[in-house]
Amino acid sequence: MGSKRNSVLIVGAGIAGIQAALDLAEMGVEVHLVEDTPTIGGRMPQLDKTFPTNDCSMCILSPKMSECARHPGIQIHILSNLKNVSGKPGRFKCTILERAKYVDPVKCVACGLCEDKCPVKIEDTFDVGLRTRKAISRYFLQSIPAEYTIDKDKCLYLTKGVCRICEKTCEAGAINYEDKDREVELEVGAIILAAGIDPFDPIGFGHFGYHRYPDVVTSLEFERMLSASGPMGGHVVRASNGKEPKKLAFIQCVGSRDEGIDRNYCSSACCMFAIKQSIIAKEHIKDLDSSIFYMDIRAFGKDFDKYYEKAEKQYGVKFKRSKVADIIETPEGKLRLRYTLEKGTTQYEEFDMVVLSIGLQAREANQRLSEDLDIRLNEFGFCRSERFSPLMTSREGVFVCGAMNGPKDIPESVVSASGAVANAVRFLDLERQGLPTADESIPEKNVIGQRPRIGVFVCHCGINIAGVVDVKDVAEYAGTLENVEHTEDVMYACSTDCLDTIKKRIEEHDLNRVVVAACTPRTHEPLFRETINEAGLNPYLFEMANIRDQCSWAHMDQPELATIKSKDLVEMGVAKSRGLQPLERLPIEIDPKALVIGGGLSGMTSALSLADAGHQVYLIEKEDELGGNLRNIFFNFDDKDPQVFLGDLIKKVSRHKMIEVLKGAEIEDISGYIGNYKTSLKAGSGKEGRLLDHGVVIVATGGEEHKTEEYLLGKSSRIVTQVEFERMLHEKDFPAGKLKNVVMIQCVGSREEGRMYCSRICCSKAVKNALELKKVKSKTNVYFAYRDIRTYGFSEKYYTELRDEGTVFLRYTPDSKPVVELIDEDVTDSRARVTVFDPIMDRDVVIDADLVVLATAIDAPEKNEELAKKLKVPLNADGMFLEAHVKLRPVDFATEGVFLCGLAHSPKDMDESQAQAKAAASRALTFLNRKAVLAEGTICQVMTDRCSGCSYCESICAYSAIEVDPEKLVAVVNEALCKGCGACVASCRCGALDLRGFTNQQMYSVFDSLDLVITEKVGD
Amino acid sequence: MSEWQPKILAILCNWCSYAGADLAGVSRMQYPPNVRVVRIPCSGRVDPLMILKGLQSGFDGVLVSGCHPGDCHYISGNFVARRRFAVLKPLLEFVGVEPDRVQFSWISAGEGERFAQVVTKVTEDIRKIGPAKRLVKGA
Repeated sequence: MGSKRNSVLIVGAGIAGIQAALDLAEMGVEVHLVEDTPTIGGRMPQLDKTFPTNDCSMCILSPKMSECARHPGIQIHILSNLKNVSGKPGRFKCTILERAKYVDPVKCVACGLCEDKCPVKIEDTFDVGLRTRKAISRYFLQSIPAEYTIDKDKCLYLTKGVCRICEKTCEAGAINYEDKDREVELEVGAIILAAGIDPFDPIGFGHFGYHRYPDVVTSLEFERMLSASGPMGGHVVRASNGKEPKKLAFIQCVGSRDEGIDRNYCSSACCMFAIKQSIIAKEHIKDLDSSIFYMDIRAFGKDFDKYYEKAEKQYGVKFKRSKVADIIETPEGKLRLRYTLEKGTTQYEEFDMVVLSIGLQAREANQRLSEDLDIRLNEFGFCRSERFSPLMTSREGVFVCGAMNGPKDIPESVVSASGAVANAVRFLDLERQGLPTADESIPEKNVIGQRPRIGVFVCHCGINIAGVVDVKDVAEYAGTLENVEHTEDVMYACSTDCLDTIKKRIEEHDLNRVVVAACTPRTHEPLFRETINEAGLNPYLFEMANIRDQCSWAHMDQPELATIKSKDLVEMGVAKSRGLQPLERLPIEIDPKALVIGGGLSGMTSALSLADAGHQVYLIEKEDELGGNLRNIFFNFDDKDPQVFLGDLIKKVSRHKMIEVLKGAEIEDISGYIGNYKTSLKAGSGKEGRLLDHGVVIVATGGEEHKTEEYLLGKSSRIVTQVEFERMLHEKDFPAGKLKNVVMIQCVGSREEGRMYCSRICCSKAVKNALELKKVKSKTNVYFAYRDIRTYGFSEKYYTELRDEGTVFLRYTPDSKPVVELIDEDVTDSRARVTVFDPIMDRDVVIDADLVVLATAIDAPEKNEELAKKLKVPLNADGMFLEAHVKLRPVDFATEGVFLCGLAHSPKDMDESQAQAKAAASRALTFLNRKAVLAEGTICQVMTDRCSGCSYCESICAYSAIEVDPEKLVAVVNEALCKGCGACVASCRCGALDLRGFTNQQMYSVFDSLDLVITEKVGD
Repeated sequence: MSEWQPKILAILCNWCSYAGADLAGVSRMQYPPNVRVVRIPCSGRVDPLMILKGLQSGFDGVLVSGCHPGDCHYISGNFVARRRFAVLKPLLEFVGVEPDRVQFSWISAGEGERFAQVVTKVTEDIRKIGPAKRLVKGA
């Protein structure tokens, strides 16, 4: 064990790489995040909004990016590539090549002066060529690291030896033309590949006129147009005439589902991407007419179908099932689409603008990476993973996540990233983390009761602030304020020398509060807090005045007013700081045991991951045997037998010394909070009572097959569900030879009133079973009645295969569903007559079926409701568990320490369930691998003498963190659960609550700090 | 000081609106320098009394801004805030505070431009109404 390294190298810093890095770092693992571009973030920063919540992409991503940058355990290597790997899992030797940046990251303050002055304009790849940048630039506005880099192939000095303007402009002296590429050797225990995907380049699609007609754009270009921080500032206009488009068309599957160009797979995300863009575009241009030209709408994810409905019903987006043949620009400058409807008729329609919904393709760089690292790729160039091991590569100790092994949307990428971490952990020398140790040599000064002695530091930030605001004047003014003992203007407050100065001044002037007037606390407060803490002050005795982002940059033409505003902001900061009190972050001990609820594939996978990482797991299952729904699955698209896999899994789980399996279990009560849960239950044949202590909970309660009588299910032994059919196929004496006609009906219960969601796996499952049937008896006629075929990802090729086998696909709509009648009502095994309206022939098709197979929906178990109440976690409208954030926290609940995976979250296939189960384990490990966590200091406090015990705060708190003590009849805050939002404080009728760090008194003194009445008199 | 400049208190939530204000600056969007921003964790922290205190302190107007409905970092704080504002608005009007003096908005962390627009509009609205005297101590 001792020879294993406790470090991981991650290739690619998109959302998957970032998530993996953060999970590992939280477990105390040293992470090297290797990124090819000059910034972390990947594709997400390019997106304006995300489906199906229309969340702003950058807003949800940027906190994760800053966290990555700040975390001491994560080392970011930008402009770097992994070149070579030798050694064994647990102890790989890696060589990475770090390319020269030509800007010293320590000195650069990201002021942007160099970029203003640089004479060389180059294509801005971030804005997909829609605008230009300079040869020295920051990749995008919020890129991390923030420092600038020089494009050495474009820089005049580096290519021709002339210019050096940036060097002269840079006041920080950060330009270094002598910078060199360098190789870095690293030893790591495991490697995670998260190198992402590329968008398909439709340049070869001449018939769509991309690049020939300016108003034909790709979906990625359109996304940048929609973005408020994009090249057009969020105003969608036609490149041809600068006017808003009135009619917009989206063409789906450009570069996907296309055997002709070797892309016989579905890119999985583009349908939703187009629906999102059509909604957002409509919000930008009210009377916009949008049409989506598509083959099948694949809205298969959680809450996706509702979003699709919303686009159609609420936003009036037109969905046109068709195949677009070509686009021609008319003399009037309109784009004329020629398209073929399902029936075969050709139509023409004119649009102002056309968006090509481009697919996702494997990155070219995968090829080189596969050779350098000796890993296998699949037929489409994606990293190859085998069934039942979805996050593994062909090389032991090297894992893959994100879209690198197949097209994925954001939450699936996040899930796979956390999942890959759970795999990587097995090769690490993981050690349980203590609390971040405070430096004992600097005891914290006791400032309680002391008169405030405030130090104010006003930052020039080069000329970013000083170019507009009279910094010296502001600093002098600060000196006149009550309690300010020291004031000084500094060039760069965040530079290492200035941080030392601050510490020195605290010492010299015995300061007990510090105010820095500079940039934004969102990025810099943690740095300054750490600094004053190093000088013996409690970190909460710090306040920031934002005079750059919210003053000098926003009022560049009004220097006098900007200076007045800066003085006010400093004065308000000083007023706030007077009332600041040292706050304590209470440690919460973590019991390192886990409770996993549900013994199906997901639950067992989670349990095994946690147990392998050395933690005691209680795995509870309501039934008397393990396996869940997996017990009903007998085939796969390939030869891997699910039952053999299940048998092995059950064996591993049952024999693992760290797992206690409790079958026939019934939970009675769950109480407690992160790190300290108590669960009472009855288990086993005798229903013996047990009381379990554990630190975390993983919910893996699965799903159920929808029970229905629709299509006469149950009325004849020849009308069965797909699950029953699979079992029949598996049985040796299955009379396949006697089946002439088999009808499969899809979406039985799914995507309709009461169950407005897609059950996701039924299309692939039906295709799989139909192919299996064809294997046994190829002459059987298979009729497939469907609404949309949703064989997303690499399952698409099996759909193609089934079509090539001569299967008849009949599309139906919810208002003309297939009709099933019994041919002989008197027998129990009556054949059935199925009538389906075929839109292609425009008439009914009547089939006398020997077997009707129904793809019944996946339901959320009714018991979810009871469990949700016990755990105090939410369910969505469909009764499935609702995660903390649909995009970036797909396996966490908002309640810390509780996680979810598998069908409990939403319908998904086996590989997806496994990935999510590992992800839940990995997220749980970020807590279990610590002895204690610190609660936030800025939390709610109760002044018990004022509390009337009305319990209104209880109803407000989203985290169940405040409760009225039934005996004392006063509110009590659970400091472990309180997140410090202050919603209860503002709601308290007695004024008995307050928010530490943002107390009412502090707020009011800030408001009162400015001499506003006089200002008014001046105006009179 | 040739012309009267309204001073406006802007109470912004940390996760969305304050970040939106930062983005406006980063994008160098220009807006009137009349707002004084106070950062709070969540718009749910805003007590109706806090708005009244702001006016009482002499601010000519108050802008409160949080995350868009559904985006709240604290799950539902902005909904709580919305409920409170709905109750406070008619009360303010009843005591004679002009309706535009206190405004609410939802600005996300990605909406720098929207922040600039909202601040510009609020400033102009309040400039039109004139200095606040109704609740100011000693005025």
